[in-house]
Amino acid sequence: MNALLQRLPLPRNASAYTVIAGLAIVWVAFEILNDHFLSARNLSNLLLQIAVLGTLAIGMVIVLVLGEIDLSVGAIAGVSAAVLAIMVTPLGLPAYVAIPAALATGAVIGLLHGLVIASTGIPSFIITLAGLLVWSGVQLAIVGDGGEIPIRDPFIQAIASTYALPVVGWVLAVVAIAALVALRLLRRRRRIRHGLAVGALGVEIAALAIVAVAVLVVTWVLNSYFGIPWVFLLVLLLVLGGTLMMGQTRFGRHITAIGGNREAARRSGIRVKAVTVGVFVLISAISALAGIIEASRQFSASNALGGGTLQLDAIAAAVIGGTSLFGGRGRIYHAVLGALVVGSVQNGLDLLGQPAAIKSIATGLILVLAVVLDAVGRRRRAARGGTD
Amino acid sequence: MTITTEGRATAPGPRPILELRKVSKNYGRVSALSDVDFAVAPGEIVALVGDNGAGKSTLVKAIAGVHRIDGGEILVDGEPVTIGSPTAASALGIETVYQDLALCDNLDVTANLYLGRERRRRGTPFLDHEGMEQEAAEIIRELRATIPVLDKPVSALSGGQRQAIAVSRAALWGSRVVLLDEPTAALGVAQTAMVYDLVRRLRERGLAVIVISHNMADVFAVADRVVVLRLGRNNGEFVPSASTPDQVVAAITGSNQVLTTDIPTQDAPASDASTPKDAR
Repeated sequence: MNALLQRLPLPRNASAYTVIAGLAIVWVAFEILNDHFLSARNLSNLLLQIAVLGTLAIGMVIVLVLGEIDLSVGAIAGVSAAVLAIMVTPLGLPAYVAIPAALATGAVIGLLHGLVIASTGIPSFIITLAGLLVWSGVQLAIVGDGGEIPIRDPFIQAIASTYALPVVGWVLAVVAIAALVALRLLRRRRRIRHGLAVGALGVEIAALAIVAVAVLVVTWVLNSYFGIPWVFLLVLLLVLGGTLMMGQTRFGRHITAIGGNREAARRSGIRVKAVTVGVFVLISAISALAGIIEASRQFSASNALGGGTLQLDAIAAAVIGGTSLFGGRGRIYHAVLGALVVGSVQNGLDLLGQPAAIKSIATGLILVLAVVLDAVGRRRRAARGGTD
Repeated sequence: MTITTEGRATAPGPRPILELRKVSKNYGRVSALSDVDFAVAPGEIVALVGDNGAGKSTLVKAIAGVHRIDGGEILVDGEPVTIGSPTAASALGIETVYQDLALCDNLDVTANLYLGRERRRRGTPFLDHEGMEQEAAEIIRELRATIPVLDKPVSALSGGQRQAIAVSRAALWGSRVVLLDEPTAALGVAQTAMVYDLVRRLRERGLAVIVISHNMADVFAVADRVVVLRLGRNNGEFVPSASTPDQVVAAITGSNQVLTTDIPTQDAPASDASTPKDAR
């Protein structure tokens, strides 16, 4: 039985299944309590609601794998959204100028954070906590006394409120499935050519079939409402890019190595400081993107954008999804899984008319559960690694 | 100082690939190494032995590029070099297997073998996973190291297997010299034997191997030559086949000399205070 399980091309860590099982329990429970929960309309709304959280959590996974943390992502989202709004509304600049400017604002903030952390060696926890205070202040100063800057640019408004036509959705789904099948088969052929072990072809095909069915079901459900939200496709694109970066590039490999054993990475000639700076630039640019999405949802940049518990929910989502707080372990898809759990609980409690207090308490309890599972798993791995 | 010892090694036969001449290193006012000579030839296993504080670790760090030396010179293949960083040592074909192995537990075997030197597919920014895994499998097969799977995180492996990965990494990248710092310190009997085999195969590949140890069993099992350091200075050279462990231990502890002062047990002393006096 065990041998059979090991041969299946499934994620090696149990945590992914734990999260998916947890998500299934949450969904079934809310569907029993309120039969609108699993409606196409509510699931579509859920995806719109978690777009910002999921985007921030993707950045958080990367920085957590490095073994650092960023407490300022909400404030960076707020400042970047404010820069975006200032450029399109009072200055009247087009979206294709304002969006890159907002992303660049995030990147520059991340560069500052990264340089201070790498050059002083002060923990990122402290530097980004200071960053949270500083950038929240800058956000307030930019937004000004009005409390918010409206955004009337149609393109920016459309980012988080429009849907792909059903036919476009189907085409994208089929293209995605075809690309996945092609990639897996190419990888298989490469491994055979290099004389490396490959799993049974039947198992591989079964796994691909499961994924293909899942993609088609999601497309069908979303198409039965308005279609796939464009912003969900944007998040998926980010997941794809992040996964490629972490698994297939030197930069990603070095991030993982530093998070696993910083000293070993340094002795192997990995430029630890340069990688650290790079990661903070990246997470801050991703936070800026989250700020743009939130501004698009609200049609404005307010001084509350990125505030509240959003920042902490992003860390919670990354950890609930299975990313370790201790560095070295985490996958980009963990961000989306975790954001789905956090988003589902909050959405479900909203449907039941529960107040914010209950939502906050529920999110906190799930986080504790996730961190306990992480710590227990870590201890078990340490025990196994120490024995012969 | 001249020490006459039975079984003392004569000058090594082939030309040394790595040679240290009159190397000194001070930490503040404490002299950790003074005028140490050391050489190793291709296809030779040299054991570097000494008590705690004898200067073994300092010498290793000088060769590995962790610390710069304060005096003397280092020659690689007959050319004087400065080894200012671990990267510089690697560039000269010198690889070090540290006592703590310097492995990333969260990465798999192949990733650890290629840590910091990952290969990419031609013309793309993407890692050549298959090429690296194939080469990793080849080097492991060649060294006959027993590592079951290459795509599992190394945290799941035993102490001996982890040591084997670190040695294989050195063999993969070290073109001239491999330094092993206490390679069997944490291992059981069977695993120690496996590491000895690995070390001998490094020699068969024509590498110069330096084994740092204070375990006489290690030294007499694998070394072609034994260099003794004591209190930061050379204190004799032995050929295992022509000498006994007792003679080497005597050189390590200094009881081959009549001392006028007590033997310090800790760290290198200030050079004048406790220099062993030669009575013969």
